[in-house]
Amino acid sequence: MGVYPVRSPSGIVPEHDFALTGDDTPFHLEGGRTLANVNVRYETYGNLNDDRSNAILVLHAFSGDAHAAGLHHPDDPTAGWWDLMIGPGRALDTNRYFVISSNVLGSCSGTTGPSSTDPDTGQRYAMRFPFVTIGDMVRLQHQLVTHLGIERLFAVVGGSMGGMQALDWAVRYPHAMERVVLLATTAQLSAQAIAFNEVGRNAIMSDPLWENGDYYDGPVPARGLAVARMIGHITYLSSESMRMKFGRRLQRGDAFAFDANDQFAVESYLAYQGEKFVDRFDANSYIYLSRAMDYFDLSVRYPHLEGAFAATRAAFLIISYSSDWLFTTAQSKEIVYALARAGRDVSYTEIDSPYGHDAFLLEHEIQSELVARFLASPRVYRGQHNEI
Amino acid sequence: MKFDTIVDLIREGSSVLDLGCGDCTLLRRLAEEKGVLGRGVDREDHMIQECIKKGVSVFHGDLDEGLKDHPTGSYDYVVLSRTLQMVHRPAFLLTEMVRVGRKAIVSFPNFAHVVNRLQLGILGRMPVNRHIPYQWYDTPNIHFFTYRDFRVLCEDLGIAITRSAFFRGDKSIRPLAPNLRATDVCCLIEPV
Repeated sequence: MGVYPVRSPSGIVPEHDFALTGDDTPFHLEGGRTLANVNVRYETYGNLNDDRSNAILVLHAFSGDAHAAGLHHPDDPTAGWWDLMIGPGRALDTNRYFVISSNVLGSCSGTTGPSSTDPDTGQRYAMRFPFVTIGDMVRLQHQLVTHLGIERLFAVVGGSMGGMQALDWAVRYPHAMERVVLLATTAQLSAQAIAFNEVGRNAIMSDPLWENGDYYDGPVPARGLAVARMIGHITYLSSESMRMKFGRRLQRGDAFAFDANDQFAVESYLAYQGEKFVDRFDANSYIYLSRAMDYFDLSVRYPHLEGAFAATRAAFLIISYSSDWLFTTAQSKEIVYALARAGRDVSYTEIDSPYGHDAFLLEHEIQSELVARFLASPRVYRGQHNEI
Repeated sequence: MKFDTIVDLIREGSSVLDLGCGDCTLLRRLAEEKGVLGRGVDREDHMIQECIKKGVSVFHGDLDEGLKDHPTGSYDYVVLSRTLQMVHRPAFLLTEMVRVGRKAIVSFPNFAHVVNRLQLGILGRMPVNRHIPYQWYDTPNIHFFTYRDFRVLCEDLGIAITRSAFFRGDKSIRPLAPNLRATDVCCLIEPV
């Protein structure tokens, strides 16, 4: 796998770091604790225009990172995770827009998280890292955007956990963006989704190598993390997409050997996904970020979801995917109708797709059409102009 | 029938839910000419894309599911243009429309138009003509009804027809034997 260098219209892109300093530190967290030092890894694509009005903030999902488009090195086997949506001529057209993507707080790809070193002790934080929320991630992103000299974003765009951040942005900073795009997301996790997260965390924590999170000087809890990822992958696919992709095919041969080496193709796929994940993701970050998703509930401070949306000012585009059983169409509709009841400018469509939750990363053709058109459209909804 | 009649019926600055909004031509006109706060519902993907491109708020939705997620009285008008004959439960949808809208505007083809009567009554064939251009086996129209049928249904449902306009094709006609002469009818309705 991955021996052929890929091309990306965005070419080679640099990584940037933004460290909170001075008055911005310590960074206060919703859970009550603080972080003395915070670093944010981010990338940008395209150019900020003179009146700084063309910036789009892209928010990554659970296992994503700041590297959303382009390549870091000419020989990279893959481009950034949303290269099909970001770049010149693409839905987030970098000839028009200045796209910003940053790694979330608590993650493990350059932004401060449990694998970072605690300045007070000189040791890795591990499980001593404070638990963070989607709101904490968003407030940190807001600091970054402010640091980049942008008062008002043109749009915030996110899928899955990225969509949760986008929702939080719209409610927390109602005047900080003109448009919001939400893909395959929810205003709160279902009990079923929390249950899957908990099984993932359990898999990690029951790996003897986890050592209560203090594994950074030795071997990592690779088994536990791989199993967590395998469970995650089942929830990202659909029964239909698994049937189409694997069916009951065997990985090797046509007949059962009736021994421990028998392997169905789907097992091989999950094993590969699990192993690949261990190389790029930190087990403790899995615990922290999955917990941040569990905590997220936009309606918690309000009697109804529409109460949360009353303050929003952006125009919303919301897309769900028919076979997504992790963040369902019904959950998207809750957001849609709450926004409608709050009198907001909202458009909604369900894309008919067999790919389950992963569809938001796979259905890029129809998704590109919708997102590009929404971003380029004039907004004629009267409520908008009256209240700004 | 053009949208002019519907546009005329709608008050300046009101809120409108357009069911089966198509490419949102009506909502665009209402926004531009009447400052209307509008929202469309359609089930066709390419129509949704068109509406999004034009900047109109639109929901993907199936009218056969009713309007259950829309609160009572949340729009000044709910509009249904030449679609009532295509839905599975027209009576249910009409009730839903006057629940969600304070008023509703419904336009529909009048099956009792004289040409239809001749085609069915004299020739013994299902009507196919300029105004109803489909063969019986591939028509989207699953409920054929007349202006009189519509009036009877509204009475049964406790819905008042407060204004009616009649058309032959695109042309407005006087309300003289409308059930015979009109190819299309447009009614403003509200709960009694």
